[in-house]
Amino acid sequence: MNLTTKLLATTVLTVTAGAAMADDMTIVSWGGAYQGSQLKAYAEPYVANNPDVNVVWDESSNEAVAKLRAMNEAGNVTWDVVDVVAADAMRLCDEGLAIEIDPDTQLAPAPDGTSAADDFGDLLISECFIPQIVYSTTIGYRTDMVGDTPPTDVCALFDTEAYPGKRSLEKRPLNNMEWALVCDGVAADEVYDVLATDEGQDRAFAKLATIKDDVIWWSAGAETPQLLADGEVVMGSTYNGRLFSVIEEQNQPVGMLWDYQVFDLDGWIIPAGLSEERQARALDFIYFATDTQRLADQAKYISYGPARASSAPLVGQHAELGIDMAPHMPTDPANSQTAVLYNFDFWADYRDDLDAKFQAWLAQ
Amino acid sequence: MSDANLTDGPITTADGTSLKKSLRLALRRQKIRALLLIAPLFLFILLTFIAPIFDMLVRSVENQSVPETIPRTIDALEAWEAGAGAPPDEQVFEAFYTDFALAVGYKTHTKLGARLNYESSGLSSLFRSTGRKVGKFDTDAYADAFVEADPAFEDPAAWATWMAGAATRQALPLTADTYDAWATMLMDTKGKLAAETEIPDFVTTALYRDLANGSRPADMPDVNVSGWEPVSLAGQFAGANKGWADPQVWAIIKTYGSSYTPGYFLNAADLQLTPEGISQRPENQRIYVRLFIRTIVLSVVITGTCILLGYPVAYLLANLPLRSANVLMILVLLPFWTSLLVRTSAWKVLLQNQGVINDVLVWIGIVADDNRLELINNATGTIIAMTHILLPFMILPLFSVMKTISPSYVRAAKSMGANDWTAFWRIYFPNSVPGIGAGSILVFILSIGYYITPELVGGTKGVFISNRIAYHISSSLNWGLAAALGTLLLVLVMALYWVYDRIVGIDNVKLGG
Repeated sequence: MNLTTKLLATTVLTVTAGAAMADDMTIVSWGGAYQGSQLKAYAEPYVANNPDVNVVWDESSNEAVAKLRAMNEAGNVTWDVVDVVAADAMRLCDEGLAIEIDPDTQLAPAPDGTSAADDFGDLLISECFIPQIVYSTTIGYRTDMVGDTPPTDVCALFDTEAYPGKRSLEKRPLNNMEWALVCDGVAADEVYDVLATDEGQDRAFAKLATIKDDVIWWSAGAETPQLLADGEVVMGSTYNGRLFSVIEEQNQPVGMLWDYQVFDLDGWIIPAGLSEERQARALDFIYFATDTQRLADQAKYISYGPARASSAPLVGQHAELGIDMAPHMPTDPANSQTAVLYNFDFWADYRDDLDAKFQAWLAQ
Repeated sequence: MSDANLTDGPITTADGTSLKKSLRLALRRQKIRALLLIAPLFLFILLTFIAPIFDMLVRSVENQSVPETIPRTIDALEAWEAGAGAPPDEQVFEAFYTDFALAVGYKTHTKLGARLNYESSGLSSLFRSTGRKVGKFDTDAYADAFVEADPAFEDPAAWATWMAGAATRQALPLTADTYDAWATMLMDTKGKLAAETEIPDFVTTALYRDLANGSRPADMPDVNVSGWEPVSLAGQFAGANKGWADPQVWAIIKTYGSSYTPGYFLNAADLQLTPEGISQRPENQRIYVRLFIRTIVLSVVITGTCILLGYPVAYLLANLPLRSANVLMILVLLPFWTSLLVRTSAWKVLLQNQGVINDVLVWIGIVADDNRLELINNATGTIIAMTHILLPFMILPLFSVMKTISPSYVRAAKSMGANDWTAFWRIYFPNSVPGIGAGSILVFILSIGYYITPELVGGTKGVFISNRIAYHISSSLNWGLAAALGTLLLVLVMALYWVYDRIVGIDNVKLGG
């Protein structure tokens, strides 16, 4: 082989490698069982239809906003589709780091012809955000540590006489402030009005102060299930999917409450600043991955409710355990009688302020 | 070389140049070679260390997004007195209307809202909700009235011709400025030409204002606007969101209107910038000073426990026969080869309430089952776990210094009648102080910036300032505040280093030899 052939061969290799690179689509998600459910329900069928696309996963969703901002400043966005919680999607949209999506033209309509905008309804909380699942933060408890009267409502958190022992709560004001007010006698639909006032905030902190010494504060979703399994806490808040897996998949002596579960959304955004070609492919993926059947399919693998109204009747059984998934969905009517719909606008405004107060309160 | 050269003229080398010159040349060549040798490292440090630190310093005072997004408003606000307790006059709202409509076009109004929301809660949604409504203000009445007066006002091409004329531009300063800004925005965001795009309401509003001020441009159709009902922009904004009638909102905008702000630094010191000057934050928001103090106190405690635990180990290592010392050394180094997260998680298992240590203590009967020790999720947990993690950084410099202390010193002291303790305290210990100094600096500086271990085992009372910096970088996105906190931490470490140099003397620090 002389030099020219070598050079040619190298060039050909480089070009093919470059072409292969161009077909990489980087999807950013949370890792673990959740990302697994997305792989099974969305990515695998999508690649089956588009064999030339190579899906690359990145488990950076928990720091997606900071990383996207850094990528944007550097002018080199390497992610194509990003899974974020709704509050982060609002931040990204506010900062111009995500593109706006028109639900009527860029998302699939329901099988009966209902437009995507109507099918998602109120869950389209930001112009940039395509909801995927409804999850909730709720309370799990040790069935063997609560005696003969297991807790039935969220206010058991504040009842240290009936349920002595440690509780685990998330180390941020979100959800905790809402529960404190509800248990202090505020009507559920007035919670955010009360929380917007200084007196209301003081009231929530005062209620939380009654159990401050009994709380272990968590920052990762896996902590409460672990603390429950170890018997470190008698009850604690975490995501409903985590409790499902502790109870149904791992058979731990743990029970869960749906009372005043706080709904939150998780979904997709497409970063701003992609090349036209990549953006078109990302939109194509989103169109496919958020249609009615795909969202219903995801519920086979994890107990989070599909964000489309039209997907709910299609939710079937768990892929491995074979149990009906519908009763384990946070959106199931029997579970959502007293749910709080997390107020995204409120938290977008008050998060920094309340967080500073919350951290100061914790440190006192 | 001849004798004449030695005695008469300057000393030269074999080829005739003066010795001085050729020596200088050789030295310079050597210097350049040395510089070239360190150049890669120097560039690397410059790019990966100095430049990011400089960038962080700039971020902590930077505030360009406010004056760049609403420049006209900031100018108009000059005349407004925040203390008067009334919202600014119509002129400010007119300028703000133009700025805001342009910002919505660039989609920067939400970014500005997010920036100002750091200073006062509620501004983020104020900007976002107003952004949805600013295109639907009643100012379309002006556009309708102009078109009624002359249909040419509907024609973008006619506008483009008027706006190209120098005399018209001079007669209509506000319109020209607004039109140009709009045309630039169209080109930048959508790639469209102003001459082919429908004229938006805020441009016709600017024209109305110019004409109402008495301008009469020659080459435009003559329109008499004096009889028109003016649209109150203050009213329009207040209608979109009542927040705009609140003088407090305008006070924030005015206070944070300059390109550089001390706001982040003040915030990092639990202070705030108000229209009346600098004041302390409310009691329930003060957090950073407390965290800085806690970070220093805990770091000192951790350094202290490291000295207490590390000194005997290092002493043993340095004085044992080589063979057994090597085995011990592996035990000291073992933690270095284990992941930080694994070590920290192991401490969780050991220290928790139902953990190994508590279980053993209950089993022996030292503590009661219902009164187990709180060893984790507080400062105790942080101190224990971090002491363990940082211990090798104390032992290794101590060991290498102790290794160089000749045993004959102690033997000499003893031969002169010193007992064991005196020989150690008067002879051995002073010789090992440089090792303590080096270990202390290493441990203290490492621990002051530690992040992951306090986060995992520190609960609420054992977290450091670095945990808040991480929060502001990755969650709240308040990078300015994170940069200010980081800068303060850097200054703090440098100040402590200086104090240390003053007291102990940096020449007394030895890493070995």
